[in-house]
Amino acid sequence: MSLEPYDTIDCDVLVVGGGGAGMRAAVAAAEAGCSVAVVMKSLLGKAHTVMAEGGIAAALGNVDPGDSWEVHFADTMLGGQLLNNWRMVELYAHEVIDRVYELERWGGLFDRTNDGRIMQRAFGAHSWKRLCHVGDRTGLELIRTLQDKLVHTPGADVHMEYTLTSLLTSGDRVCGAMGYRRSDGRFVVFRSGAVVLASGGWGRMYRYTSNSWEGTGDGAAMAYDAGADLIDMEFVQFHPTGMVWPPGARGILVTEAVRGEGGLLFNAEGERFMLEYDPVKKELSSRDVVARSIYKEVKAGRGTPHGGAYLDVRHLGAEQVRKKLPSMVEQFHALASVDITTEPMEVAPTIHYTMGGVRVEAATGAATIPGLYAAGEVAGGLHGANRLGGNSLGDILVFGKRAGEAAAEYAGTRGRARAADDRQIAAEQAALLEPLDGSEDGASAGENPYKLHEDLQAAMQDDAGIGRSEESLERALAAILALRERSARMHVAGGRMLNPGWHTCRDVTNMLTISESIVRSALERRESRGSQWRFDYPEQDAELGTVNMITRRDGTAMRVERATIDPLPERLRPLLERSRFYDAEKLPRGYLTEAGATTGAGS
Amino acid sequence: MTEAGLTGGTVTLRVLKGTTASGTREAEYEVPMVTGMVVLDAIHFVQHNLDTDLACRWNCKAAKCGSCSAEVNGRPVLMCKTRIDDLASGPITVHPLKTFPLIKDLVTDVSRNYEVNREIKPFTHAPDDRGPWRIQQVDIDRLYEYRRCIECFLCQDVCHILRTHHYEDRFYGPRFFVRVAGLEMHPKDVLDRTEETREEGGLGYCNITKCCTEVCPEHIHITDNAIIPLKERVADRDWDPARFAVRMLLRRPTHRAASPATAATPTLPDPAKPPRNRGDWDEAALTNVDITELVKQQIHTRTRPWEK
Repeated sequence: MSLEPYDTIDCDVLVVGGGGAGMRAAVAAAEAGCSVAVVMKSLLGKAHTVMAEGGIAAALGNVDPGDSWEVHFADTMLGGQLLNNWRMVELYAHEVIDRVYELERWGGLFDRTNDGRIMQRAFGAHSWKRLCHVGDRTGLELIRTLQDKLVHTPGADVHMEYTLTSLLTSGDRVCGAMGYRRSDGRFVVFRSGAVVLASGGWGRMYRYTSNSWEGTGDGAAMAYDAGADLIDMEFVQFHPTGMVWPPGARGILVTEAVRGEGGLLFNAEGERFMLEYDPVKKELSSRDVVARSIYKEVKAGRGTPHGGAYLDVRHLGAEQVRKKLPSMVEQFHALASVDITTEPMEVAPTIHYTMGGVRVEAATGAATIPGLYAAGEVAGGLHGANRLGGNSLGDILVFGKRAGEAAAEYAGTRGRARAADDRQIAAEQAALLEPLDGSEDGASAGENPYKLHEDLQAAMQDDAGIGRSEESLERALAAILALRERSARMHVAGGRMLNPGWHTCRDVTNMLTISESIVRSALERRESRGSQWRFDYPEQDAELGTVNMITRRDGTAMRVERATIDPLPERLRPLLERSRFYDAEKLPRGYLTEAGATTGAGS
Repeated sequence: MTEAGLTGGTVTLRVLKGTTASGTREAEYEVPMVTGMVVLDAIHFVQHNLDTDLACRWNCKAAKCGSCSAEVNGRPVLMCKTRIDDLASGPITVHPLKTFPLIKDLVTDVSRNYEVNREIKPFTHAPDDRGPWRIQQVDIDRLYEYRRCIECFLCQDVCHILRTHHYEDRFYGPRFFVRVAGLEMHPKDVLDRTEETREEGGLGYCNITKCCTEVCPEHIHITDNAIIPLKERVADRDWDPARFAVRMLLRRPTHRAASPATAATPTLPDPAKPPRNRGDWDEAALTNVDITELVKQQIHTRTRPWEK
């Protein structure tokens, strides 16, 4: 096998991804004394974090003094239907408070209360007003603050517009990653003591998504290929409110802050339907519930002309809307010619976030193979079956820092950078180059990667989307396997220099891996829980409430296995009752509700 | 792809293709018109169906990330929020940003912008003032305008100091005056960046043509609210007659002999040599010493980089 020339970059810690989690991990590792390479597919500061609008959930208690980390813990566990890794949730609810103040010390802005403290707003399924925010652009503020911190942190180098395609292993441990520089297609090998995956989620295999082109699941696919476990892959979050019209804008996010600030949902008949579906939390119910409610209204024939629901903020007054939701005003004005201060918005569910991901150790973010760490959306466990709004910006700060520190520790003790295996590199190079047939112009023979992508999106949207059944999931699985065969024949014209068709080929391969994992896990979870809604199993199943689904590679085959969840320990169990939404009668079915629940309050 | 919203018409795109080395040409594509279509939708249609090798940058497709900047019919815009039905009828030209070196098709080398950002001293609070802070909303509202910037670099593209004169080596550009203004006006920041904004940043080159404000997709009043206030600070500091006289009287020797005592004192990095290699940035100097005093010491010891 021939070996193409490649550049080699050595570092102690390699961070894959330049969003919030990656930058926070890089800062942590560099501050621990490591040389750090942060590698990203786009330019610095363009990552999907900028799309987060609502805020960072942290129990500062500035607006509602009743709030505390314990209540935040309880809300997050109940929102995740108790499938969460409770240790992660505990660490998260504790530490996110410090991370918010740390961000402020690094120059981040937050809206203020009358007495000058950080302002907090209400959000779905949070007991108290908890989201620290600045207008509706909190993600941009977070990423800009981290960006400036990162480029002024000695020891951290930023590598923009590189695609990493596979992890390099030495013995049983990860010792770097390889890929190519997008601008000219030259191969690059990063040799490192440890690798932190912070590559985000995977919405792009669905047709209607708020994700950018980057959300193809590269990090999770790389980890899976290297033999790491994935967890909870069946849980894909539909954000209840995405734009519906015009077609080009379909799926673009309408922030939950619209409802947080008092926006109301109506069907085409003018009924405020959330009063019926969730009389307690109403519009601010958890995302899975609101998304399903809109879906049901549309299916029942009470949808808007373009198949959605109306989201109305007119009663708040034009001035308040412009001040609190400026980018929504701009977005609807520019893209849909709608003035949201005088007209309602038309919204429908859109794929937004992936709860599952690389299975990690709670305190360190360590994956199941040595030398590999994961943080942020690419890691699974914190959010369980459904994520609460505002918990992702907190997630990337808390676990970005933890993973960065742990990776630095590993790199400094056990993980010295080692020579990469040229056979691994040559095999990966050959696989990457296969779709390039050298033709400069015209249609080339073989499969167009974009067509494959569109076919995958159709299969996932229709058959593995918001509502699923055994039959539809089997259909999706068959489609994925057929696409997998077709993907071997992908061909594109042009060269290696900035060729989006060529780049899409590997994206498709990664998305097929992740899609298969989603569908196989969803098939195995024969119940409805959190974001997983099975028409054929509409209720929660007590037994399935005690397990997570694990995806693991077995040779070339994919296996999905069950892993038993450690029940909540005695010291955390009573905290659940601190949530305003705690109802002993309606606990998620699982390890607390059945006979096996020996850790009940009375014991 | 969804068939929804097809209008039956088509639109002609003329897109610049190629590289500096291989030469460039305008490639023409016919794209079916869809209701509410933006230029980026049309480019995506071309990529998916007509030319998989057409390069462009994009990310959020919602005017929040500032990646898909291009010159559409000669005007610098974000392709994701430029509606085709808002453009004049007839063929639409889509060209890359002209100010920056071309890489391929619609993608240009904007790396200089990231270097400038690294040269600007970061947000720095007083060492003993670690919060939680009390800040008034009115201060946040004022700063929020600067922080809205999505780094699309349209302002850098349209500014004639960069576009025509190519003074990249001595002029930060509008985006970074916005950045400096946001830092300077932060109530908790203790550094003073006016001097280097004038010296290395070339603030004086700006002659307030307001082209940057004109193209800003975030509607930041770049000239009025960032550049002019910075110019006022410079004028206030350097050209106020009373201050000038006091400064002359108190002036320190331009070249002080390096005595052992001063050599041991931590100093700020020399702003005349921007910290291109971040290793040069002395974090300790920022947190352990009285920064305003250090800045004052250095004010009169600088030369413009291009005068050396």
